[in-house]
Amino acid sequence: MKSLEELNAIRDKAKGQITLRLDEEGHKAGGAYRTHVLVCGGTGCTSSGSMQIIDKLKEEIEKNNLSNDVSVVMTGCHGLCALGPIMIVYPEGAFYSMVNVDDIPEIVSEHLAKGNVVTRLLYDETVTDEGLKSMHETNFYKKQHRVALRNCGLINPEVVEEYIARDGYQALAKVLKEMSRDDVVQCLLDSGLRGRGGGGFPTGRKWQLAMGNEADQKYVCCNADEGDPGAFMDRSVLEGDPHVVLEAMAIAGYVIGANQGYIYVRAEYPIAIDRLEIAIKQARELGVLGKDIFGTGFDFDIDLRLGAGAFVCGEETALMTSIEGNRGEPHPRPPFPAVKGLWEKPTILNNVETYANIPQIILKGADWFAGMGTEKSKGTKVFALGGKVNNVGLVEIPMGTTLREIVEEIGGGIPGGKKFKAAQTGGPSGGCISAENYDIPIDYDNLIAIGSMMGSGGLIVMDEDDCMVDIAKFFLEFTVDESCGKCTPCRIGTTRLLELLTKITEGKATLEDLDKIEEIASYMKQNALCALGQTAANPVLSTLKNFRDEYVAHIVDKKCPAGVCKSLLTYSIDPEKCKGCRACAKNCPADAITGEKKQPHEIDVNKCLKCGVCMSKCKFDAIVRK
Amino acid sequence: MSMVKKTVPFEGTKEQEEQLLQVIKAHKGQKGALMPVMQQAQDIYGYLPIEVQKIISDEMDIPMEKIYGVATFYAQFALQPKGKYRISVCLGTACYVKGSGKIYEKLQELLQIQGGECTLDGKFSLDACRCVGACGLAPVMMINDDVHGRLTPDEVQGILEKYE
Amino acid sequence: MENITIKINGMEVSAPAGSTILEAARIAGIDIPTLCFLKEINEIGACRICVVEVKGARSLVAACVYPINPGMEVFTNTPLVRESRKKTLQLILSTHERKCLSCVRSENCELQKLCKDLGVDDEARYDGMKPEYELDETAAHMIRDNSKCILCRRCVAVCDKVQGIGVIGANERGFKTYIGSAFGMGLGETSCVSCGQCIVACPVGAIYEKDSTQKVIDAINDPDKFVAVQTAPAVRAGLGEEFGLPVGTGVEGKMAAALRRLGFDKVFDTNFSADLTIMEEANEFLDRVKNGGTLPMITSCSPGWIKYCEHYFPDMTDNLSTCKSPQQMFGATLKTYYAEKMGIDPAKIVSVSVMPCTAKKFEIGRDDQSASGYPDVDISLTTRELARMIKGAGIRFLDLPEEGFDDPLGEGTGAAVIFGATGGVMEAALRTAVEKLTGEELKELDFVDVRGVEGIKEASYNVAGMDVKVAIASGLGNARTLLNKVKAGEADYHFIEIMGCPGGCVNGGGQPHVPASFKNANDVRALRGKVLYDYDSANPVRKSHENESIKKVYAEFFGEPGSHKAHEILHTSYVKREINKLPE
Repeated sequence: MKSLEELNAIRDKAKGQITLRLDEEGHKAGGAYRTHVLVCGGTGCTSSGSMQIIDKLKEEIEKNNLSNDVSVVMTGCHGLCALGPIMIVYPEGAFYSMVNVDDIPEIVSEHLAKGNVVTRLLYDETVTDEGLKSMHETNFYKKQHRVALRNCGLINPEVVEEYIARDGYQALAKVLKEMSRDDVVQCLLDSGLRGRGGGGFPTGRKWQLAMGNEADQKYVCCNADEGDPGAFMDRSVLEGDPHVVLEAMAIAGYVIGANQGYIYVRAEYPIAIDRLEIAIKQARELGVLGKDIFGTGFDFDIDLRLGAGAFVCGEETALMTSIEGNRGEPHPRPPFPAVKGLWEKPTILNNVETYANIPQIILKGADWFAGMGTEKSKGTKVFALGGKVNNVGLVEIPMGTTLREIVEEIGGGIPGGKKFKAAQTGGPSGGCISAENYDIPIDYDNLIAIGSMMGSGGLIVMDEDDCMVDIAKFFLEFTVDESCGKCTPCRIGTTRLLELLTKITEGKATLEDLDKIEEIASYMKQNALCALGQTAANPVLSTLKNFRDEYVAHIVDKKCPAGVCKSLLTYSIDPEKCKGCRACAKNCPADAITGEKKQPHEIDVNKCLKCGVCMSKCKFDAIVRK
Repeated sequence: MSMVKKTVPFEGTKEQEEQLLQVIKAHKGQKGALMPVMQQAQDIYGYLPIEVQKIISDEMDIPMEKIYGVATFYAQFALQPKGKYRISVCLGTACYVKGSGKIYEKLQELLQIQGGECTLDGKFSLDACRCVGACGLAPVMMINDDVHGRLTPDEVQGILEKYE
Repeated sequence: MENITIKINGMEVSAPAGSTILEAARIAGIDIPTLCFLKEINEIGACRICVVEVKGARSLVAACVYPINPGMEVFTNTPLVRESRKKTLQLILSTHERKCLSCVRSENCELQKLCKDLGVDDEARYDGMKPEYELDETAAHMIRDNSKCILCRRCVAVCDKVQGIGVIGANERGFKTYIGSAFGMGLGETSCVSCGQCIVACPVGAIYEKDSTQKVIDAINDPDKFVAVQTAPAVRAGLGEEFGLPVGTGVEGKMAAALRRLGFDKVFDTNFSADLTIMEEANEFLDRVKNGGTLPMITSCSPGWIKYCEHYFPDMTDNLSTCKSPQQMFGATLKTYYAEKMGIDPAKIVSVSVMPCTAKKFEIGRDDQSASGYPDVDISLTTRELARMIKGAGIRFLDLPEEGFDDPLGEGTGAAVIFGATGGVMEAALRTAVEKLTGEELKELDFVDVRGVEGIKEASYNVAGMDVKVAIASGLGNARTLLNKVKAGEADYHFIEIMGCPGGCVNGGGQPHVPASFKNANDVRALRGKVLYDYDSANPVRKSHENESIKKVYAEFFGEPGSHKAHEILHTSYVKREINKLPE
């Protein structure tokens, strides 16, 4: 790519291809096809079979002689993963959810051929008496504001022209042609963008530091080693809009004076890796990566490095140690990567979502971005909403949205009408937010203040059936597994915490053990080498703070109020309901159930293994677990 | 007496070795090449036994212990061969909350192996994994590239039986 | 470099820019405790015992690696700091096999000292699961007991970064992390060279030499055995530390006295065979120069270096001098010449050595080291083991008189005693070779260019019209650098001295433990080395070929240096080894 004119020519040519899909453009068809069928090719929908759907669609379209009229577009994630596979037909904007391959012939012959939308198969919320409702009007999408995810689910991530049609690489061109390095930094500082990987460090400040350090070589790295259990924000960006990351990294390279970038991406993300490889190849061919970009003399290239399954490599110094080919162990800071990073050279590391915001900030200006969010947390944040919530999926909301809005409105509430108990944010480094803070506006500082943290954006909802001690134990199991083992506090502290939690869930703990937990937890916060270790105890500390009674119940009453901790449960038979059918007794692996036929049975608690088989076999709901 | 534990005999071929040497050659002089080489070596052999690590060590002039230290640090590297069918159960938060722990226990019980192990007939190997991103289908397990979602423990046996 | 002023515990301190908090605190008269920190070798901030409060910091910071900056305010002794350090120790103790009473490191264990100093009374507070490990006893020279390992990684850093070998490292991760070799191989199955630098790096009792003191005691108590002992030059420069003397105190006379009181039949000196080595090695060198032999010739005194060469530079074993090491030359002479002269059956001689070295334990078992038909040396002890024997026998070392060695194998020159310091063998060889080549008496015996603790030294001397280029390396990482230069044709040395341990034998793997807190602030190599140079300058005889006993042994037994008999008894051969040999 030698000039902006070339880029604009591609954009203008490609624009027609996608305007059909854009609400704001009034659905005017500028491209070759009258209808676009968008099928989600994110990991969630792919797992539930969207690739087979694409194949079937193409086959049926062929059969119906619609090949010249209808285009099938594989896109990135739409966010509503629970309803996958998702398929949207434009210009109508008909939103088909949980699509089955067997429904495709009907959709093609009725809807695509004759224009009769198969309402029966649409996402029910989009069907109203007055006709179709736009997906943007549904509860799930209504309160969302897509900045980082603006192209996800809209463009084909494997077609660079579609990215360019959405003003792709315009920001890079603008930066290279019109802005000084200081201008860019100032723009980022003014925008208030903070690192989306968890720490929330001002991005402009980070770039400024690396820019100011002289060196013969510098590096730009992208943290795509998204490791929080249940989090998949970055993966969705990489799968749905890989070029935005490349563009932002090239901008970063220009600003700090680096000509080499590395994307450290989880090997567990095969689709993301695939799309990144395609994108890098396209970018090189177009000349937006490589030598003399836009004829400005600026060189920049990017290579992929695959993670190999170590959560700690999301920590910046560990990530760089890993790229260097070592065990991914963090090292103490200072020196900070901006001074001595990868191969001891000044390096900046930002995460995927952070990068995904940057081209828009450059193009639309710092004020536009700073206009969203709260006082100290600007812009939007992507969350992976999961757990006990109806609309499991990916959501992008302005900073400052309340937890209640996320769970009740966007998330569609909790299944089975159960009660909200807590939400976990920040993954293994975060904490549980209790109902008391349901209405707190979510931003970096508020979350810290209530003992959790933003983290990379995992948001797991829990209801009254979830035991908070068990949840804390789950996260500790994770950190025990993922602790690198370098520093004493994390290596031994996490294991000791887990042992103490296990004692509690088994009803063997004393109140003194709670003191020990608090001792070790606060010690780790102060003493561990890296952020993973310093925050590893947060899930324990926050649950202990908000749900201390539940801990005490386990210890003193030897009861698990949520009925989760196996060792503390007792099974009994309600004599009123028991018909004496013997189904439970026959299936009990421990021979713990006795009773005459047609007479109420009894469980010998001393023999009972608490396996729950009896409960699953009883047809009369007579087994009671408490 | 050697302190090295007995493992499944190594059955690498000349062709595999040739491939590995090519990979190493392609990375010659590249900074930080060890992990990419190990990842590709694992693609070639399926795992990284001592014989393979020796080749990497000799050719790249990196102490074998360093390679072993890296191999045992990252969950992705395997020192044991994997089964014909590789089962991984997602223990990510979303799946865990929906009961994937019970699925995992059930598999251990049915296959009579622990996580990280392979059945003696080489058919199934079992691992726990972190989020595979199919949270909408929780709880999820993968057998090779097949995703099995919205599972209950009772379904597990039936699914296993489909794999010959 | 300019100074920076900071405040430590409210007091102003000025320290050079680039200093760490640890260093600045030391200037202020405060010792911050450390465990994993070894200056320039292991600066990883992992153990967290050195944490301090820094005003404005979000958490405590590791003083060992945290650089100072102007205006910084540091607090090293607050309740939070003290409590944190105590908890770190308690957590370490929860995985540590607390068999402290009989531990080989009891009294000089760095962990034990910290527990005492910081008042860790409840040592079992955080006890829980302990990982289980098997002892690794596969190596000839040492045992690894990971149940005592605190994962400070000092051994790993020394093996990898200093020695360039890297046969041990951290494996697995998290709580399961352990130090060991690839695939659970025992150290004896790897290309470990037995240098023992890991042992002297270890702060606790997780790595220790294989103790042979009982074998020696049994031999002494056996009336049928004639037990003779030799002591290497460097032992006298280190042994005193075991009895509370400052690092850098020579104890030659007391050592000889102690050995006599332990009941050895004869107390000899490796200095004798060091002189013998010079006779043979100088002759071999001149022969190679004259007759077009393989050059550069490289010294063969250090068995760690020899094994390293065999593993890592197998194509250079022809460059090695064929001379046995002084330990082996001594044993060979003891069981041939001396046995014959005194009419003792060599089968009844127990040849014991005391060495600053653990590789010597490996060396005594090598092939081609049994000149008399019996092993040249039967038992090789480290300096530490000798100290243990002296203490065990109740000998009041500090009160002992100064005694001399027995004749004739107890006579050594100043040239011999400097073998224990890097450059010493080269200097001793030059003193003899120069006189041999020129036929004139040397006026200036001090070859200062080859002295000092730098890892690699070079010098060139014009001797009888010929430019003799020499190089000296100590520490195997430096040896590798030097040899790669030679192999690449970037250097054309004639003679190279290589010692396996940094600084030479004075800093050997068999020397007394010195706490890291001392090592981080003082150069132990230089302090001990000076002892040897002082012995040298105080010795009236400073050239090996002027050693009267040496002259006699050639006249009576070997004939000329390099004679057939000398070759049979005093020279040896080498093998080629693999780096990664697959275990059987």
